[in-house]
Amino acid sequence: MTLSVSGLSRTFGGVRAVDEATFSVADGEVHGLIGPNGAGKTTLLNLVSGLLRPTAGKIELDGRRIDGLPPNRVAALGVARTYQNIRLFGGLSAADNVVVGQHLRRRAPFWPRLLFLPSALREERAAQKAAEAGLERVGMRERALTRAHELSYGEQRRVEIARALASQPRLVLLDEPTAGMNPNEAFAVARLVREVAKEGRAVLLIEHNVRLVMELCDRITVLNFGKVIARGTPQEIGKDPAVIAAYLGEGG
Amino acid sequence: MADLFLAYQSLFAFVGINALLALSVYATLCCGQLSLANAGFMALGAYTGALITLRAPSVPFLFVLAAAALVPALVAVPLGLPVLRLRGVFLAIATVGFGEVVRLFFVNWQFTNGAMGLVAIPQRTQLWTIALALAVALFALGRLHGSRTGYALEAIREDETAARTMGIYTTGHKLAMLAAGAALAGLAGGLEAHFTFMVAPNGYGFGRVVEMLVQAVVGGTAAFYGPAVGAAFLTVLPEALREAGARLGLAPGPFRLLLNGAILLAVILYLPNGLVSLPATFRRRARRPA
Repeated sequence: MTLSVSGLSRTFGGVRAVDEATFSVADGEVHGLIGPNGAGKTTLLNLVSGLLRPTAGKIELDGRRIDGLPPNRVAALGVARTYQNIRLFGGLSAADNVVVGQHLRRRAPFWPRLLFLPSALREERAAQKAAEAGLERVGMRERALTRAHELSYGEQRRVEIARALASQPRLVLLDEPTAGMNPNEAFAVARLVREVAKEGRAVLLIEHNVRLVMELCDRITVLNFGKVIARGTPQEIGKDPAVIAAYLGEGG
Repeated sequence: MADLFLAYQSLFAFVGINALLALSVYATLCCGQLSLANAGFMALGAYTGALITLRAPSVPFLFVLAAAALVPALVAVPLGLPVLRLRGVFLAIATVGFGEVVRLFFVNWQFTNGAMGLVAIPQRTQLWTIALALAVALFALGRLHGSRTGYALEAIREDETAARTMGIYTTGHKLAMLAAGAALAGLAGGLEAHFTFMVAPNGYGFGRVVEMLVQAVVGGTAAFYGPAVGAAFLTVLPEALREAGARLGLAPGPFRLLLNGAILLAVILYLPNGLVSLPATFRRRARRPA
């Protein structure tokens, strides 16, 4: 099991943003995290990626506790993510954003570069090549040299996904990867997510487009008021009375 | 030509020293940290160098300068651990506080003659020493840009949270750059002390670090050589205009400050990316149809 979350809670003052959440994501699985606004989905991703510390419960990656580790350590163990409100490095080009994403994979000490050694030049060319290939994968190669903040919303989302994949993570956390995209773009992202899972990576994604989630995900966890109210395959979730009640209101 | 060079030797020296100081501010600025401790670091370097030369004149100058760089760098680490948790203006205030502590420490330390400072320091700094130090600093910073660490620093400047989730150890990077900046400021302090024959605490006050910051910003912090350009510009220009100021009946000191202020205002309004963005701005103007 790649990611396993058990009894995870996080409170903000009196608010239980995440309340004893338990679920797991396996290798090669696309796992959807859905729920109404304010259900605690983003808080959950922030807990897994180390940006927040849990109040209680544990998070394990390949059987190793990662709760309480700082985000850079969590990332070093193979977790990459994107953000709901895109956090690209706005002043850097799309390609440079992806180069930064390779930080953990690159083994490039400073002194060979200082001395213009060929090994350093080769390593840098390889990093640039890999960044171009990463952008190609999200259909952004021709925008490689454009500064991130000049890209459109949908383009920024795609560059952010490329940046996350650049570290070759074991687990990818995607916070609303298709928000603000047209159906064609969203479909392309969904296809990419499937490919990523096929490489054996685990994907945990938050998504509001119900049709997309149902088609894309292997399993789904539904949150409401911080609590897991349902877990299962898309078919099971679609029929679950608690989920229908949460989305359409009681008696809907 | 040779006469001209001799006549302006000290001007060139101050261009170099100020360039090192502006680069020392850039070292933290390039990863998004506004640290104003560098006048304090400069004082530590200057006093360290001066004390070694006065007490142990046989120590080679290279070692004196190494100590002048090393002592502030070592002080920067315990300073940085707590203060680099602060962001933006809070970091600026905390580091200004550090600078004042250093200045007041030397004002009150009898061993270094308090506010009078140390005098009659032998002149050991040559123009080429300064030029060499500046060249090494520029080369190292230039090579840093585009390296894995350089990318990490840019990422921290753009979005520290996102940088951390990319696996970048932000605390370590910020601390290293604070120490590197401290070393540069200390080196400049050591060079200056052995060029002007004296060190006194009031030469390292708040005004000094503002001067470094202004030079860095006027030159432009988007390119590693920007701060050096800004330092050269703001050091040479008042000298070049000294005559004009005197003719207007302005005292040289206040005139210099007035000019610095006016230039800073003009640069921030019309060239927010500094003097080094001037060529690009012209190119853009030329391309745009009138």
